[in-house]
Amino acid sequence: MRTVRLIARLDIKAPNLIKGIHLEGLRVIGDPNVYARRYYEQGADELIYMDIVASLYERNSLTDIVEKATRNVFVPLTVGGGVRSVEDARKLLASGADKVGVNTAAVRRPALISEIAQRFGSQAVVLSIEAKRSGPAQWEAYTDNGREHTGLDVVTWAKRATELGAGEILLTSVDQEGTRKGFDVALVRAVTDVVSIPVIASGGMGKIDHLMEVIRDGHADAVAMADVLHYNRTTLDAIRREVLAFDAPVRRVA
Amino acid sequence: MTQKSVVVVDYGMGNVLSVCRAFENQGANVVLTGQAGEIAGAERLILPGVGAFGDCMKALEERELVEPILEFVRSERPFLGICVGMQILLEIGEEFGEHPGLGLIPGRVVKIDTTLSDGSTRKIPHIGWTAIAPPAEANGNRWTTSMFGETVPRTPFYFVHSFTARPTNAADVLAVADYAGATVTAAVRRDNVTGVQFHPEKSGAAGLAALRRFVAM
Repeated sequence: MRTVRLIARLDIKAPNLIKGIHLEGLRVIGDPNVYARRYYEQGADELIYMDIVASLYERNSLTDIVEKATRNVFVPLTVGGGVRSVEDARKLLASGADKVGVNTAAVRRPALISEIAQRFGSQAVVLSIEAKRSGPAQWEAYTDNGREHTGLDVVTWAKRATELGAGEILLTSVDQEGTRKGFDVALVRAVTDVVSIPVIASGGMGKIDHLMEVIRDGHADAVAMADVLHYNRTTLDAIRREVLAFDAPVRRVA
Repeated sequence: MTQKSVVVVDYGMGNVLSVCRAFENQGANVVLTGQAGEIAGAERLILPGVGAFGDCMKALEERELVEPILEFVRSERPFLGICVGMQILLEIGEEFGEHPGLGLIPGRVVKIDTTLSDGSTRKIPHIGWTAIAPPAEANGNRWTTSMFGETVPRTPFYFVHSFTARPTNAADVLAVADYAGATVTAAVRRDNVTGVQFHPEKSGAAGLAALRRFVAM
């Protein structure tokens, strides 16, 4: 039986943890390390850090934050934002990341996925896709927080990335992100149906029903949450207890 | 009480920072080193490892660290191999051709079977949180006197691997895990040598508890 991972997602505009709606209108939440530690202690299965301005300003700012996290967070860390080369990936992995997320640079040059996978293994490469609905059962991939078109069909791009050696897909619905109105379940299902690698559903978590839907109907392998945790609407341990009561396949934490 | 000391072998393979930080979190004094003398003379020795079996052995050989590690093991002080650092304890690894390992535990490291009993495909690598337990034929107090002394059987740990150890002697298997119907070796132990396939440094409180017990051994 699969085990669905519950992941806390931290969007970063260094040095702060931030949060937006539809990946825009960013608000400062606080010190990322304080939140990371809290989510770890609440039993997060993994953490994801995304530097959401790195690709705009062509710089890396995450290594310090990740290095700090390794002092008190002992679950896998995925780190992305501004990764443009094998060397960028190496730096993040050396500062404590277990996997690196790629988006913009991989859209520009898909071979980057293979290069990182060959050097560090597929398990270290997470393709981040920002998906916007473009028609019935159709989504287009975006970059730069849902601002830049790529012309790529999400499902086609996800399949291609799998063939190139991506180990996992972080699938963010720009339409649902920050709305607390639920995941784009059809989007998640469209991708999980065609790829053999795990898919992390992201964007829209507002209540337990949303989580159950995306696990049951979307076939998500993992679910990323941000808003619902950052504003203390609920806690990860409470979420885990509730979905376990519905027999959801998540890890039991002692 | 004097601070316990742990030496982590630095040979360019794997996320050593996280391993060091996890031991520090449990109050150990951690030395990360590639120096033969410090490795052979360690109080406790940790061999991490990520990547391919052959690459890890080659990196140890190039740095002339095989003999210092074997010398440490003969001292009967506690040794822990993590992930590929556990796999290379065996005699032979089958990843990208056959490669000799350290041979401290008789047996081979083989690819996890990719075919499920119903004929469908098992996803490889095995990535994620999977419960570990003593093997069915386990006897006596092997579990409770190991680094799992505080670990309730069926506790999940974090795994990332495509190959699994197949020790020749069942007695060398300390823990197993069921990955989609395939039994994988989660931990091995022979005398002072312990190896874990999962990443205790990434397995939350359960992982830290196992490392704490190891440091107390």
